[in-house]
Amino acid sequence: MSGRASNQNMVIRLVVIVVGMFGFGFALVPLYDVFCDVAGINGKTATTAAVYQPNQIDKSRLITVEFLTRTNTGMPWEFQARTKRLKVHPGELTTVEFYVRNPMRTNYIAQAIPSVSPGEAAIFLNKTECFCFNQQPLAAGDEAVMPMSFYVDPQIPADISYFTVQYTLYDVTARADTLDTKDNPYLKRTSATP
Amino acid sequence: MTKPTNTTSHEATIADELALNPDHHEHHEHHIPKGMMRWVLTTNHKDIGTLYLWFAFIMFLVGGAMAMVIRAELFQPGLQIVQPNFFNQMTTVHGLIMVFGAVMPAFTGLANWLIPMMIGAPDMALPRMNNWSFWILPFAFAILLGSLFMEGGGPAFGWTFYAPLSTTYSNDSTGLFVFSVHIMGISSIMGAINVIVTIFNMRAPGMTWMKMPLFVWTWLITAFLLIAVMPVLAGAVTMVLTDKFFGTSFFDAAGGGDPVMFQHIFWFFGHPEVYIMILPAFGIISQIVPTFARKPLFGYASMVYATASIALLSFVVWAHHMFTTGMPVYMEMFFMFATMLISVPTGVKVFNWVATMWRGSMTFEVPMMFALAFIVLFTIGGLSGLMLAITPVDFQYHDTYFVVAHFHYVLVTGAIFSIMAAVYYWLPKWTGRMFNITLAKWHFWCSLVSVNVLFFPMHFVGLAGMPRRIPDYSLQFADFNQWISIGGFAFGLSQLIFLALVIQACRKQGEPVSDRVWDGAHGLEWEIPSPAPYHTFETPPVVK
Repeated sequence: MSGRASNQNMVIRLVVIVVGMFGFGFALVPLYDVFCDVAGINGKTATTAAVYQPNQIDKSRLITVEFLTRTNTGMPWEFQARTKRLKVHPGELTTVEFYVRNPMRTNYIAQAIPSVSPGEAAIFLNKTECFCFNQQPLAAGDEAVMPMSFYVDPQIPADISYFTVQYTLYDVTARADTLDTKDNPYLKRTSATP
Repeated sequence: MTKPTNTTSHEATIADELALNPDHHEHHEHHIPKGMMRWVLTTNHKDIGTLYLWFAFIMFLVGGAMAMVIRAELFQPGLQIVQPNFFNQMTTVHGLIMVFGAVMPAFTGLANWLIPMMIGAPDMALPRMNNWSFWILPFAFAILLGSLFMEGGGPAFGWTFYAPLSTTYSNDSTGLFVFSVHIMGISSIMGAINVIVTIFNMRAPGMTWMKMPLFVWTWLITAFLLIAVMPVLAGAVTMVLTDKFFGTSFFDAAGGGDPVMFQHIFWFFGHPEVYIMILPAFGIISQIVPTFARKPLFGYASMVYATASIALLSFVVWAHHMFTTGMPVYMEMFFMFATMLISVPTGVKVFNWVATMWRGSMTFEVPMMFALAFIVLFTIGGLSGLMLAITPVDFQYHDTYFVVAHFHYVLVTGAIFSIMAAVYYWLPKWTGRMFNITLAKWHFWCSLVSVNVLFFPMHFVGLAGMPRRIPDYSLQFADFNQWISIGGFAFGLSQLIFLALVIQACRKQGEPVSDRVWDGAHGLEWEIPSPAPYHTFETPPVVK
């Protein structure tokens, strides 16, 4: 019997499965994003600006939107939502503001990451402008007021009447492409720098 | 002294043996290589099985010693003996060692010893790879244990190494942790490939699929689970490694990654992994119960199909470990019902064992005592698992001692008890002598009582809200925790009885046993002499 040959055949096939499954582990990373995107279940919002389509305002409903801010461990900035909570009609364009200050003696670059909960609401939150679309540089001691404009898609399911948008601010100075701190469009120059 | 051959095929081993020892049936001992190098170079499935089993036993004692540190610290509220960081290292390494160092190698050791003997094969199909798959294991655990002595200590993020605990908040020993897990994974994958090839290609004539002993069946399915999910674990630890040391952002939200995705990838491995640790146990119990009930196994085919369905379902239930991560309700419902569905094939198994015993001529030898304890106590663990599967109540139970109670019932009184049952069942066949039955009964009763004192009260403190993995607790949990710790120390000490018994047995003390050993035993491994000769089934038996 060709015992050894058939052993070798089988080993090769099994090793192919092993290598394939190792690859599958990594393939789970993009698959996860695609799946969450399609199903809209991860609380992640779009990373590019939406275009506002007026005259779709649903005056019969009011959605409460709450804004939370936090800074990641090791991120020394002050970060506050000027508006903590508001009620909007679906389809109505609203702008809220967030305040940041870099209290340190060095320049920092920040990236804000939004997260919506319940996660199902995320795909109904359309942002026409957001500071989270770009990295935000701030020179030592500077502060800024960063706007965020959004409207809630009128298609939002009837059982969602309240959702929370949380922004977490991460320090990405080390890994950021060098951005000129003067480029920041939201900058409110109050620091010593003229 | 025979030198191990360079070839990997079993034919060569037989040819060598026939050449050197024409009358090999009478004088097996004469050509067994002597000394340390026998164990380093061996390609004999029985030697490698023995190595695996001893390694697993040593790791069981090492991991158990860590559990003793945990229970000593939790004997009283407040911090007495160890600092929180060291406590976290103990819970982490205890888990890793028990899963990858004790339970899995013990099952692989049993597979090595028993599968060739059960299917009438002379050895495993790939003996040289078999040697490798064992001998890289001690290095993996040397690296893992060595990391405890590094500055800042070893891994302290729990055996599940959730990001960002293992990426942002861990120390540099994480690199050692990752490499040791890689080596453990390679070892189990090689072991699994060997099992699959052996079972596919080396069954004796007439040993059809549906005649295979259930231990062989359950191991075959386990081996497929292993090659499917161990590579995913390897991928997960690799991502942790690159996130921590090479600036990738798989699990870092700031860089576009997602820490919750870590849990999905980990549990995609992790849930099949728990079946890897229990399916061979089902096989062992399905061998032992018919022997001492003196009836054939009830529902053999349904046992095979139940095992396969458990294995398939294990791939679609992983997110029940992460109900509290904020999944949408419909996904929680899916994972809840899929999880509950697993209790159907598991129930089939339990009822089949009970039906096998029904009106059987039962006797209660030590392996049977462990098997019966397994059936009762594993079912308790299964039922608490069913409770945990219910999404709304899981929000209360999540990360409490209730979970600790659940998985220790299925892993200690489940997997470990089945391994002990297996050792008592086949040890006389391996050594040719009956073990010390008095000691064995002491071991059984001490273990049975103490393991329940140890784990049962954990249900209560868990339901009352005591969180896991914390070195301190609220005062109201003090009494129960003292009981738990006393049970823990007693269970730990009881295992020293087992150690003494196994050492005695290996020194060939005790009454010689017959070839069949147990009068109700059936299967090819009971047809060969006791002790099992170094080489068996050079001429394949014919199975009718």
